Amino acid sequence: MDKNILSMQIKVDPSDFEPLAADYFQNEKEDTEEIGFWKASWRRLKDNKIAMFALGVIFVILLFAVIGPMISPYSYDEQLRGDESMAPCFAHPFGTDRLGRDLLVRCMIGTRISLTVGIVSAIIVLIIGSVYGAVSGLIGGKTDTIMMRLVDIVYSVPEILLIVVIKLVIDEPLTEMVTNVAWMKPLQKIGPGLLAIFIVYGCLYWVGMARIVRGQVLQLKEMEYVTAATALGAGKAKLIKDHLIPNCIGQLIATVMLQIPSAIFTEAFLSFLGIGVSAPMASLGSLTSDALDSITSYPYRIVFPAVIISLIILAFNLFGDGLRDALDPKMKK
Amino acid sequence: MQLVIDTKGKDWNIKMELFQKIVKRIILAVFSLFVIVTITFFLMNLIPGDPFMSEKANAEAQAILRAKYGLDQPVIVQYGRYLSNLFQGDMGNSYVLQKGRAIREIVTESFAVSMQLGIRALCTAIFVGIPFGCIAGLWKDKKPDGVIRVISAIGISVPGYVVAAILMLILGVQLKLFPISYNKPGGSIMPIITLALYPTCYLIRLTRASILEVLNQDYLRTERAKGMSEFVVIFIHALKNSLIPIITYLGPLTASVLTGGFVAESVFNVPGLGRYFVSAISSRDYTLIMGTTIFYAALIITMNLVCDILYQIVDPRIKMD
Repeated sequence: MDKNILSMQIKVDPSDFEPLAADYFQNEKEDTEEIGFWKASWRRLKDNKIAMFALGVIFVILLFAVIGPMISPYSYDEQLRGDESMAPCFAHPFGTDRLGRDLLVRCMIGTRISLTVGIVSAIIVLIIGSVYGAVSGLIGGKTDTIMMRLVDIVYSVPEILLIVVIKLVIDEPLTEMVTNVAWMKPLQKIGPGLLAIFIVYGCLYWVGMARIVRGQVLQLKEMEYVTAATALGAGKAKLIKDHLIPNCIGQLIATVMLQIPSAIFTEAFLSFLGIGVSAPMASLGSLTSDALDSITSYPYRIVFPAVIISLIILAFNLFGDGLRDALDPKMKK
Repeated sequence: MQLVIDTKGKDWNIKMELFQKIVKRIILAVFSLFVIVTITFFLMNLIPGDPFMSEKANAEAQAILRAKYGLDQPVIVQYGRYLSNLFQGDMGNSYVLQKGRAIREIVTESFAVSMQLGIRALCTAIFVGIPFGCIAGLWKDKKPDGVIRVISAIGISVPGYVVAAILMLILGVQLKLFPISYNKPGGSIMPIITLALYPTCYLIRLTRASILEVLNQDYLRTERAKGMSEFVVIFIHALKNSLIPIITYLGPLTASVLTGGFVAESVFNVPGLGRYFVSAISSRDYTLIMGTTIFYAALIITMNLVCDILYQIVDPRIKMD
C-alpha cells in the first residue's frame, strides 16, 4: 500500500521562512525570568489592593494595641475619682465608665486581648491539627479510619454548647493550678480566663486543619515524584521536609490566617455572655456587654468597642482571603 | 460479536452503594449524638456547684434534696439512669428554673419561640442572599458587584452582638422605630435582622463564588455555540447548577438559625431556647442543660445528615466521605 505522508503533501519552500532576530532568545529569556514561590505570591498579594489595605489596617490596630497602653497616662483598672461616667472629651477621648476608668485604654487592652486570643489560638490549632492530620494521612489504613472517625464526631458537635460547658468546667481548677503549681505561675499574668479559652479552642477547632493536612498528605502520597524520591531512598523525615511541607505551606498559612478572626469572634462572644476574661481585665466583648447595660443613658459607649472588633475581624478576613488567593492561585474561587 | 452493556445492573449497583453510604452516615450520626450526650453529662457534673447550691436552706435540707433527685449517687449511676430514662423518651423535670416542669415541655415551648424567629430569619437570608449573590456573580467586577461585595464582607465580619447592640442603639434608642422589648408589636424585627445578617451575607458570597465557577464551565460555552438564547443559558442552566453547593450550607444554616442566636435572644429578651440554655448553665439546672444540648445536637446532626444525603442525590459526582 502506498504511504502518503502528510508532510510530503505540503510543498515547503525555504523562502517562506525568515531568520530570527539575533537577540530573540535573549528577550525571551528575560520575559520568563524565573521567580520563586514566595516572590510570586508576594507579587500577587501586592496587586490585591483590598488585601494590602487590610494589611495596613491590621498594622494600625497592632500599634493601637501594643503601643497604645504604654503611652496612655492611665491604666486599664485605674479608677479615677470624680471622673465617673464622663462623655468623650479631650482627656478621655472615649469617655470613662461607671467606675471612672478610662475607656480608651480599656479598648486598647481589649484589642490586645482579642489579638492575643486570635493569634495564639490559631497557632494551637495549626500545631494540633497539622500533626494529627499528617500522622493520620502518613500511617493510613485502620489507624487513619479511626482517627478520621474521631474528627467526624468532633466536627458534628455543636461547638458553641461545648465551648460554654468546657469553659465553665475548667475555669476553677485552672485558677487553682495557676496560683498553686510552681511551673504554671508565670501563666498567672495571662489569667486563667484567657488560658481556658485557649484550651477550649484547641480542643474543638483543630479538626478543620487536620482534614486539610490529611487531604494534602493523601494527595502527595499518590504523586510520582514522591514515589521517585522513595525509590531513591528518601526516608519519611526527608519526604516530610522536602515535599510535604513546601507543598502544604501555602494553604496552611491561609487557613491559619482565616482562623484568627474566628477565634476573636469566639472570645468576644464568650466575654459578651460574661464567661470570657475575668474582671477587671477588659475585652472588646465585655466592654460591649457593659455598654449594652447602660445603652439608654450612655449610648455612645457601645460605639468604640463594637467598631474596633468589627474592624479587626473585617481586616483579618479580607487579608486572609487575599493571602489565600496569592498563595494558592489554583484554589481561587 | 455484540457487546452487551448491562445498564440496569450498573444502575442498581450505584443505588446500592448510595444506600450503603447513607446507612453508614446515619449510624455515624446516632453514634455522634450518643458521644455528645455522654460528654455533656460528665462535663456538666464537673462544673463546680450543683442545682441546690443557692437554695435558702441549711446543708441538711440540701442533702435531702440531693438524695431525693438521686444526685448523691456516683455520677456513673446517675448517667446510667439518665440514659435508660432517655431511651424511654423521658428527659426528666427541671430542678431550678421552672421547678418540676417536664423538660420536654420547656424545650418544645421555648423552641416554638426560637423557631418563629428562626424561620423568618432563614427566609430573609435565602430570599435576599441568593438573588443578590446572583446579581454580584453575573455582573462580576461591575458596580453592583463591588457594592454587594463590600457590604457582604462587612456583614460576615460584624459579630452578632455588635449587630444587636448597634440596631438597638440606632433603631431602638435613637430613632425609636422599633420597641426594644420583644413582647410589644414589631419587637421581633430587630432580633430577626440580627439573626439573618450573617447567613445572608455568607449566602451572597457563596452564591457569587458558585455562579462564577459555573460560568466558566465548558457546557455553557457549548450551549452558546449551539445558539441557545442567553436567557436560557443563564437562568435554566447556570443558575440551576450553581445552586447545588448552596444546599450543603443550607443544612447547618437552618440548624444554627433555628436554634436561635444565644446573643439575639439574650440581648432582646426573647424567651427562646438559646436564652434558656445560657441561664440553665449558670443555675446548674442539670436536666435542662442535658435537654437543650440533646435537642440542639440532634437538630444540627439531622440537618447536616439530610443535606449530605440530598447533595449526594442531586449531584452524584460528589463522594460522600
